[in-house]
Amino acid sequence: MTGSAESTDVLIIGSGFGGSIPAYHLAAGGARVLVLERGPWLAAEEFDHDLRLGTSSTRVFEFVVGQGMSVLSGNCVGGGSVVYFAAMPRAPRFVFERQGSIGHRLWPAAITRDALEPWYERVEEALPISPASWDTTTYAGGLWAAACDHAGRTCNPVPAAVDSDLCTNCNWMMSGCRFDAKRSLLLNYLPAALEHGAEIRPLHEVQQITRLADGGYRVHYNTVDEVDYRVVTGGGTVDAKVVIVAAGAGATPVILQRSEPALGTMPHAVGRYFSGNGERLNTAVIDEDKARDLLGLDRGDGRAYEAYQIGRGPTVASWDRLDGSRPEFERYSLEQLYFPPGLGTVLAQVPGADGPSWFGPGKKELLRDWKSWLTIFTMSEDDNEGVFGAPPPTGNANRFSQQMFGFGTISYEPTENTLRGWEKSDADVREILEKDGLAEVLPWTNDVIGAYTVHPLASCRIGDDPATSALDDRHELRGHPGIFVTDGSAVPAGLTVNPAFTIAALAERAVPGIVAALRERGVQVAYGAPSPSGAAGGRRATREFARAAGL
Amino acid sequence: MEESSAERAPDVRTLTLEAFADTVIPGEKRWPGDRAIAGVSIGGGSVQAGALAVLEMPEGGMAPALDDVVAALNVHAEHHRDRVGLPTNEEVPPFTALPWADRTAVLNELTAVGHPEKELWTGLALFCYMAFDTGAHLPTTEALATGHPGLTLMRFQTPDTDGLWRFPDYSYRRPLSKLHPDTLENGSLK
Ligand SMILES: Cc1cc2nc3c(=O)[nH]c(=O)nc-3n(C[C@H](O)[C@H](O)[C@H](O)COP(=O)(O)OP(=O)(O)OC[C@H]3O[C@@H](n4cnc5c(N)ncnc54)[C@H](O)[C@@H]3O)c2cc1C
Repeated sequence: MTGSAESTDVLIIGSGFGGSIPAYHLAAGGARVLVLERGPWLAAEEFDHDLRLGTSSTRVFEFVVGQGMSVLSGNCVGGGSVVYFAAMPRAPRFVFERQGSIGHRLWPAAITRDALEPWYERVEEALPISPASWDTTTYAGGLWAAACDHAGRTCNPVPAAVDSDLCTNCNWMMSGCRFDAKRSLLLNYLPAALEHGAEIRPLHEVQQITRLADGGYRVHYNTVDEVDYRVVTGGGTVDAKVVIVAAGAGATPVILQRSEPALGTMPHAVGRYFSGNGERLNTAVIDEDKARDLLGLDRGDGRAYEAYQIGRGPTVASWDRLDGSRPEFERYSLEQLYFPPGLGTVLAQVPGADGPSWFGPGKKELLRDWKSWLTIFTMSEDDNEGVFGAPPPTGNANRFSQQMFGFGTISYEPTENTLRGWEKSDADVREILEKDGLAEVLPWTNDVIGAYTVHPLASCRIGDDPATSALDDRHELRGHPGIFVTDGSAVPAGLTVNPAFTIAALAERAVPGIVAALRERGVQVAYGAPSPSGAAGGRRATREFARAAGL
Repeated sequence: MEESSAERAPDVRTLTLEAFADTVIPGEKRWPGDRAIAGVSIGGGSVQAGALAVLEMPEGGMAPALDDVVAALNVHAEHHRDRVGLPTNEEVPPFTALPWADRTAVLNELTAVGHPEKELWTGLALFCYMAFDTGAHLPTTEALATGHPGLTLMRFQTPDTDGLWRFPDYSYRRPLSKLHPDTLENGSLK
């Protein structure tokens, strides 16, 4: 064996949901765990309320523009959990039965909603996630609920990983939570992993994996500058018995593609079948008088609404179209949402304009009414049509700015199926919000940066069919024993709801298999740690599964 | 904020980029005879909001390309001018010389789906846009305190004295719709 001074039992690439969850369990079980994370490591007091470039709004964020698809994700210790909105619904039952366009079930036979239920419980206990109530529903959420009601629809407060007692409804959560109200991984799995001896190295960007003669792997990384992520400051390698790739669905397949010359042929599904979770946004400008007269809304000071800026991302969703009896590609949720200025306003179009209207005088007028905006977020069943091109020289994008912006290799051309879902959801949003003149609505334009997603999925997916899945149902990369993928790229297809809870549940479910793989390689590791909080309810619920895995 | 044209020695780069930014979010002329700003809108636009400062920020990554961008934009403007038969104008750069509607036509063309340079021009427009609605070159508290035109127009709320935002009053605090019939106690659907 040559060269690498450093070695570990488990090397984890990325510290989001897919990385942090195994990091905790494996460290608690006694394995040596090293996590390499390309982004910086920030604490609450470093999460700025500031839109200036170079503050946490760009430090912890990544925005990769591809052909027809732009992907937004986290870039820091804690990954997407630091920037996410913490809306945490379980995926509806029918999602697990989806066939997409391939004519057979996409999910492995072993996974159904019922089978995943105990793993959801574990995550719910660990973060924790709480059911939401009308008391914690923001004005914007209340407005959407009232509009749905007025149109004869239902609407639900969405469960969230937010501590309402600490939350100030500042709506800066996309830059990280200053008040530690949002239950990111920095508050549960990661500190618990550290306590059990795991090590996390920020600003370490993994480039590729090579194979060692003893069946282990060597992981190659660059270190990057803490301000200008374009600048490489050094590099190195670490040898590991087991590698967990959890760089997120926009990055995991790129690392594997780059590793292909050294590791040997990758499964066909690596870098294919990418799903943007069928995302689509509509922005409405609310007629404040109508909000009062039609919906009876009153903030108590004479204003009916004017509260777009207030809150914490999404708080309610209309789930009427999450009906398993509807045809595939026509099921979606309609969730109220907030994005800050910039990302949250640039693609909004001017109702009634002819020609491009994301800029120009009409757009300026639209911004004048910004306080009366309402944004509705569609999560639908897209067609897994995203494909990654050849990897860039480093990372998963050619970085353009010091932080955040880069150009990636993904291309995404929405199929008729995907477009049909978007059209139906646009029509639904219009029907609800334009009823009786409550609002004027228009979808965001896809002509500027293509479609966009904050929920990249499926680019290295699990399944039973080797032709259309990259991972077996234990999340092991086909043909490459000892490499596991546990992040959003493993999810087979769009979920019609926010995905982090399902990604996290799958990562919990994958741990026993990884423990077994470590034991096969002679690592003494136990399975069965309680929740990072010390609670043990979830552990009891999943004991059967662990037994079945031979642990 | 008042400046006279004599105090400024507007160069090609500034005049061109300002005219471009003003096409993204237009504003009013800063002084009589302001050539960069077309003056089709009341109040500040992207230029007053700091578009050039945003473009020049090392953080953004745009600065090293700006000279080339300016030259290329002016070539596109000349082509447009000749195509639609507008007179030449030697006083200001070709893009700046275009009437506002023609500036808009050029911007539409350059950012249209399928244009070979779409990525570049869209990127430039996005930075100009961001200047207006985020003040990306300034700390947001400072932008608000100094009357940043975009954030002010949007009536972006000011923060507490410690520079952080809190909204103690945030909810109607009452049920506003029926729940989906399949809702479980944990808040998800069955
Ligand atoms: C603005 C926003 C809001 C969101 N809101 C919600 C929500 O309300 N509810 C919800 O369910 N989901 C939400 N999401 C999505 C959620 O954040 C993701 O689904 C989730 O974080 C994905 O987990 P993951 O483990 O797949 O990847 P990530 O959490 O993205 O983690 C991947 C990590 O790997 C790191 N990495 C990447 N490449 C490398 C490399 N080469 N070397 C080392 N490290 C690397 C990244 O920096 C990152 O930290 C939101 C996302 C965004 C962007």
